[in-house]
Amino acid sequence: MSVKFLMGNEAIALGAVHAGVNVVSGYPGTPSTEILETVAKNNDGSIYVEWSVNEKAALEVGAGAAYSGARSLVTMKQVGLNVASDPLMSLAYVGVKGGMVIVSADDPGPISSQTEQDTRHFARFSKLPVFDPSSPEEAYQMIQDAFEYSEKYSTPVLFRPTTRVCHGCASVEVADSYEKHIPEGFVKDTMRWVIFPRTSYLNHCKIEKRNPEMGDELSSYRFNFISGDKSASKGVVSHGISWAYTMEALGGNQCCKLMKISTPHPFPEKLALEFLQGLDEVVCIEELDPVIERELTYLCGKHNLNVKIHGKLDGYVQPAGENTVESVKNVLSGFLGIEAAENGAPKAPELPVRPPVLCAGCPHRASFYAVKQAAKGRKAVFCGDIGCYTLGNAQPLDMVDTCLCMGADVTIAQGIRRVEPDTLCFSFIGDSTFFASGITGVVNAVYNQTDITLIVLDNSTTAMTGHQPHPGTGVTMMGEVCQKVSIEKILKAIGLTSVETVDALDLKAGINAVKSAMDKKGVKAVIMKSPCIAVTKPAEQFKIDSEKCVNCKKCIRELGCPAIVLEDGKVKIEKSLCYGCGVCAQVCPCGAISR
Amino acid sequence: MTKNCLLCGVGGQGTVLASKLIAFAAMEKGEQVRTSETIGMSQRGGCVVSHVRTGDNIQSPMLPKGSADVIIAFEPAEAVRNISYLKNDGVVIVNKKAVKPVTASLSGSDYDGREMLDYLKSVVKNLTVIDGDEICEKCGSPKVLNIALLAAAAKSGELGITVEELKSAIKKRIPQKFHDMNLKAVEIVTG
Ligand SMILES: Cc1ncc(C[n+]2csc(CCOP(=O)(O)OP(=O)(O)O)c2C)c(N)n1
Ligand code: SF4
Ligand code: SF4
Ligand code: SF4
Repeated sequence: MSVKFLMGNEAIALGAVHAGVNVVSGYPGTPSTEILETVAKNNDGSIYVEWSVNEKAALEVGAGAAYSGARSLVTMKQVGLNVASDPLMSLAYVGVKGGMVIVSADDPGPISSQTEQDTRHFARFSKLPVFDPSSPEEAYQMIQDAFEYSEKYSTPVLFRPTTRVCHGCASVEVADSYEKHIPEGFVKDTMRWVIFPRTSYLNHCKIEKRNPEMGDELSSYRFNFISGDKSASKGVVSHGISWAYTMEALGGNQCCKLMKISTPHPFPEKLALEFLQGLDEVVCIEELDPVIERELTYLCGKHNLNVKIHGKLDGYVQPAGENTVESVKNVLSGFLGIEAAENGAPKAPELPVRPPVLCAGCPHRASFYAVKQAAKGRKAVFCGDIGCYTLGNAQPLDMVDTCLCMGADVTIAQGIRRVEPDTLCFSFIGDSTFFASGITGVVNAVYNQTDITLIVLDNSTTAMTGHQPHPGTGVTMMGEVCQKVSIEKILKAIGLTSVETVDALDLKAGINAVKSAMDKKGVKAVIMKSPCIAVTKPAEQFKIDSEKCVNCKKCIRELGCPAIVLEDGKVKIEKSLCYGCGVCAQVCPCGAISR
Repeated sequence: MTKNCLLCGVGGQGTVLASKLIAFAAMEKGEQVRTSETIGMSQRGGCVVSHVRTGDNIQSPMLPKGSADVIIAFEPAEAVRNISYLKNDGVVIVNKKAVKPVTASLSGSDYDGREMLDYLKSVVKNLTVIDGDEICEKCGSPKVLNIALLAAAAKSGELGITVEELKSAIKKRIPQKFHDMNLKAVEIVTG
């Protein structure tokens, strides 16, 4: 064993490698992304690793591998599981041969997500086991347990860390060597691998029998346990990172009975019953939804126990958002009568708000600006999507009127157009999003002859999640160079009215292309192409010539590049930030900005 | 002994590397370390925070309010935003230069950090203001800001890492071609 300083996601990855994983697939999404990247970095060549086109594809690739006896790991963020839910629900019935673990990372807050959904519900819904780690150390061990359980019960297993576990780092003890797993290969068996109503009925019966048995087995699982003062009349239950907050909040003062639940489904009822014995009151410290709280409330009813269960359902714990050591302390101070958190900082001056913004030199800024200019004075709706380009909603661009989920830009625009035929409907889609879930929406528009203008923001990377390659980039996670899938060719093949590609940083070309496309019938596309600053070298910086500058502030008012600032009332380009995109120079009416 | 340090700044300023160096230096001494990073949307120019906790028996990767021995702020307003994490007689190391949010430039606001520094002076007994721009200029790279701030924190004696330990972490963890400029930054701050 040796001690390594690992991020939770790295610990999950190393745990999977040490469990002998053979195939790893996933789609990027905060806070899960670094898991797959870490496997790729620690790959001796014997593990197959891919960024799949989306989560559904990733899960199916993982399932096929597990059918063939391989150990497979599939990674995604929680909303990715929505996309992968179709294969997930059926796979739960069919089962697997090799161990298969699906990591779905939840994001309380939410910090970088559309929703605060709770993967533990998905476990219950799909009837699959789920593991919920509290720290990188635990995650390293638990992912290996998850593979064991998966193989033992021939079922896929969910693994659900949350952001603070994924992005927390700790000194973790890891194995120096491990055993490789040799897959048996795919063995044909129609009754097993082909899903049919009859087999599904039989499988459903088996699952309903298995889960309570598994719950009993999990009652003695090492990461489900009772601790604290076992003779106390008050109990505290927690899970995941909230368990760490609870321990921190209690400090040495463990004056209550404690229970940690690391497998919320199948619920370890035996352990919970033992815990409830002798208690008058329990508080459940949970993040996201009151899953454990409902289980305990149900158990009290089922076994006629007179124990009051508190938590989110009776307003004891905040219904939404992240827990913190302070929030847990506040709950516990009310419940246990211990000292509350104090907060005595003197009143601070008003702080500047600091929302995230598109980087200085981001090609998306130029693209939004070009479309805004082209559609100036027209009735128009701008449907946005998820990625760095969601930040196009901020002032002064203000070019994102809707944002729902990946791929919805194209289709929301179609719905609006059907109700407002006199409105120009634009949709903005990033290159990674286009491949993940945009193509079907475009086919839908062409088939149904809906008049929309599609703007593809092709920056040659999946930027928001930390710059992963995708089918348009020509490289894979195995480090191979492959043929680039061409967005332009796909759109032409679908049969759009027009498809034009322009350099995103050339405002004039962009404006002209949009102007000539937007009034045509049918589906038109303008592909605005220029790499994200993170995947290209900076160009020579721009400067403002104070002789020529009339301080009209148009550059600030219309672009909002963070490198253009006001210093003592004068407009200035901040040297440490300018990336040399040259867009401000094209906007300045006085020719005051140049290299 | 537990040491709590909070690093805060604006996405892109290099807080993550700084927190890693503290963690590595502590691990070299055989201490347990827990940290927590801001990864995601906020890295695009939003507020970022790294929590670093060293010592035995630490449960939460995020430090509780009122517990920071040291706050290392890469930007004055971010120091103020996180001041509730500071313990009573804790140390604050702050970079003098304000990073203006786009919203401030747009509204023509004159936010320049001075008001924030005045507030810090009034509430923090143990405050060190670092002129990051000047040090970067002298070292010939804007990238040494994080090391300059770390050096000041080490010098305060409250970080749990000495200046010598910081230097050794730089030599072990940063590519050799960047050693000279980073060590020079340490010299300027501590010399
Ligand atoms: C279903 C789903 N999977 C993954 C994510 C995480 N995610 C957010 S943005 C994004 C892709 C962004 O890439 P791209 O469309 O190329 O835009 P860019 O960030 O490069 O501007 C991903 C994968 C998500 N929000 N939803
Ligand atoms: S050239 Fe102008 S718009 Fe582009 S990064 Fe520099 S200051 Fe910003
Ligand atoms: S990371 Fe790339 S795509 Fe995202 S805002 Fe910055 S430049 Fe734009
Ligand atoms: S747009 Fe040109 S003239 Fe106007 S403030 Fe900017 S640099 Fe000066």
